[in-house]
Amino acid sequence: MAQIRVENLRKSFDQFTAVEGSNFTIDDGIFFAMLGPSGCGKTTTLRMIAGLELPTDGRILLDGEDVTFRRAAARDIAFVFQLFALYPHMNVAENIGFPLKCQGMARREIRERVQETARLLRIEHLLPSKTSRLSGGDRQRVALGRAMVRRPKAFLMDEPLGALDAEFRHLMCGELRDLHDRIGATTVYVTHDQLEAMSMADQIAVMNKGRVEQIGSPQEIYDRPASMFVADFIGSPPMNFLRFEGGLRSGDRAVSFHDARIAVPEIREDRASSPLALGIRPEHIRFADTAPVRGEVFGAEYLGTTQIVTVETAHGRVAARLPSSASVRIGETVGLEFRSERLALFDVGSGVAIRTVHDGSAHHG
Amino acid sequence: MADVVLRNISKRFGAVQAVGELSLAVNDGEFLVLLGPSGAGKTTTLRLITGLESPDAGSLMIDGRDVTHDPPGSRDIAFVFQQYSLYPHLTVYDNLAFPLRSPARRVPEPMIRERVERTAELLHIASKLNNRATRLSGGEMQRVAIGRALVRDPSIYLMDEPLSSLDAKLRAELRLELKRIQLELGATILYVTHDQVEAMTMASRIGVIRDGRLLQLGTPREIYESPASLYVASRLGTPQINVLPARLLSDVPVPPGTETVGIRTEHLQLAARNGGQMVGRVHRVEHLGEQNHVHLDYKGETLVTLADPHRPLHAGQEVELNLVHPLCFDRAGQRIPAAIH
Repeated sequence: MAQIRVENLRKSFDQFTAVEGSNFTIDDGIFFAMLGPSGCGKTTTLRMIAGLELPTDGRILLDGEDVTFRRAAARDIAFVFQLFALYPHMNVAENIGFPLKCQGMARREIRERVQETARLLRIEHLLPSKTSRLSGGDRQRVALGRAMVRRPKAFLMDEPLGALDAEFRHLMCGELRDLHDRIGATTVYVTHDQLEAMSMADQIAVMNKGRVEQIGSPQEIYDRPASMFVADFIGSPPMNFLRFEGGLRSGDRAVSFHDARIAVPEIREDRASSPLALGIRPEHIRFADTAPVRGEVFGAEYLGTTQIVTVETAHGRVAARLPSSASVRIGETVGLEFRSERLALFDVGSGVAIRTVHDGSAHHG
Repeated sequence: MADVVLRNISKRFGAVQAVGELSLAVNDGEFLVLLGPSGAGKTTTLRLITGLESPDAGSLMIDGRDVTHDPPGSRDIAFVFQQYSLYPHLTVYDNLAFPLRSPARRVPEPMIRERVERTAELLHIASKLNNRATRLSGGEMQRVAIGRALVRDPSIYLMDEPLSSLDAKLRAELRLELKRIQLELGATILYVTHDQVEAMTMASRIGVIRDGRLLQLGTPREIYESPASLYVASRLGTPQINVLPARLLSDVPVPPGTETVGIRTEHLQLAARNGGQMVGRVHRVEHLGEQNHVHLDYKGETLVTLADPHRPLHAGQEVELNLVHPLCFDRAGQRIPAAIH
């Protein structure tokens, strides 16, 4: 078991900076997801933690011990890659036991460890099987077993479910999280899929252009995004932004949005007039005839329990999540009412969230 | 635009019955989506309509005319493929104009210009008309590929998972656009996909297909709320419908013959323990942002339902389960229509 600490970690490839000045601590036993689009630096960060890549600057500490320049094999960390390669000529038990055999462990001990690993993964019945006969999910489980059997201090995973279809991926997410709950090993999980991160992680680091934009629990990140990038990256459909120009004073409980006054959570900073954006999640919008922000219904997407209704307003398109029982006509004019305590405000220039009364504990990257 | 009618169409490849006695009428101006897993016979059905495959049995009518044995070129169909294939050496304009410049059509250039510009406007690529096709993003390329079908005015558009190669955000955007364009043009579209969200959000009607057979045809709401079978019920809805053996229920009257019940999130209410018979234990709470997925253990079975993210539920907690009008299925998995009241 292990705590992983990253201090001022930076990585450049020639002119290109892949990771710039990251700082975070992953506590022992935590399922930690690094989430971001391709090229955001998440895989490079993971590879530096694993020892597959040397940082340009900064330190990596494993349980307080500086391992920055230690070889990958000497770090006691198991890396699970995106594409699982099993040895086709070995059966499942031999595949799982292979890393121990390489270490020169006694055969009886290997057998015990393999049994124990298979029991944790609930694949004991597959031990004698040929790997070529396995389903996709079972192959993933065997590959995980091969990583687990060494009892490493931490697991590092790079999009291990990337190749699976959506339904199966969600099923495997549940399994991975259950497994994590059983063995309790620190896990660092890299993905570009917000649903995977939200579904499994205790903590998520959202990365963009080599920087960590926000670290927090899935709910914190969803409810109080630290930047427009995070607000847009998380959620499906993402947060709506309604742009306007205005100044802010600490203590304000409403903003002048074009010709209307809109109630917002109490603001905790002063700002001269500049381009701002109101941020509102689709499920915090209701239709109300008297609401000042109005628009024309552009489309309605039925999803069973709910529907996503897109409204064309003078300030851009807005997606609202309504119960599927609400009747909506394309082309009709509607007013949009926002749950004021759920509104966010952003400075458009920097993309950073404006501090409000809700920001007591939020982490800003 | 026109009606397209398939009557008892069958197609076999060796030992595999790809399409079996499929009957389907795509109405004029309708957006019909065939939903099924890979290997269900969706793409074969499209290829049979285009004439790229010929059926072993059955007939195909387009606009009241039997075209079963007509060559592909004379069927007046536009096809959009999963993988966009544009002419890389041509501009966006010339890619869009290409189908109209075919020697078989002979459309005058001013009319071509008008059609291309209108299509580009519709697809929000008007500013890219002079770009080389290779200088576009993935989403723009797929718009051009769809545009190349739209410049023509065929009887029907056939689309084979045209959005599946795009990332999630772009897919959501184009779903909305495609539906709007279809409504604006009054176009008849037969669209195949394995993605239930595409089917639910765009279709006028959905045909659920499996092993080459059409299992149910109806509006998204009909299919979601009144599925004909357990299989159809499991194809639509997130989280997937929960299935419980009827013998595990307590205090829930079910019609005779009920073997299993299907419980969607809206059929299941969670409450604090208050003397009710059905008690489940929270196994895990998954935070997905706008909703939590609550995983419950109930008599050795797992149930997943939605809950408000700010409702305090935690692993290990016991809750009472109240079922409200769940769906009932017989031993063969067929729906027993009588609702429980």
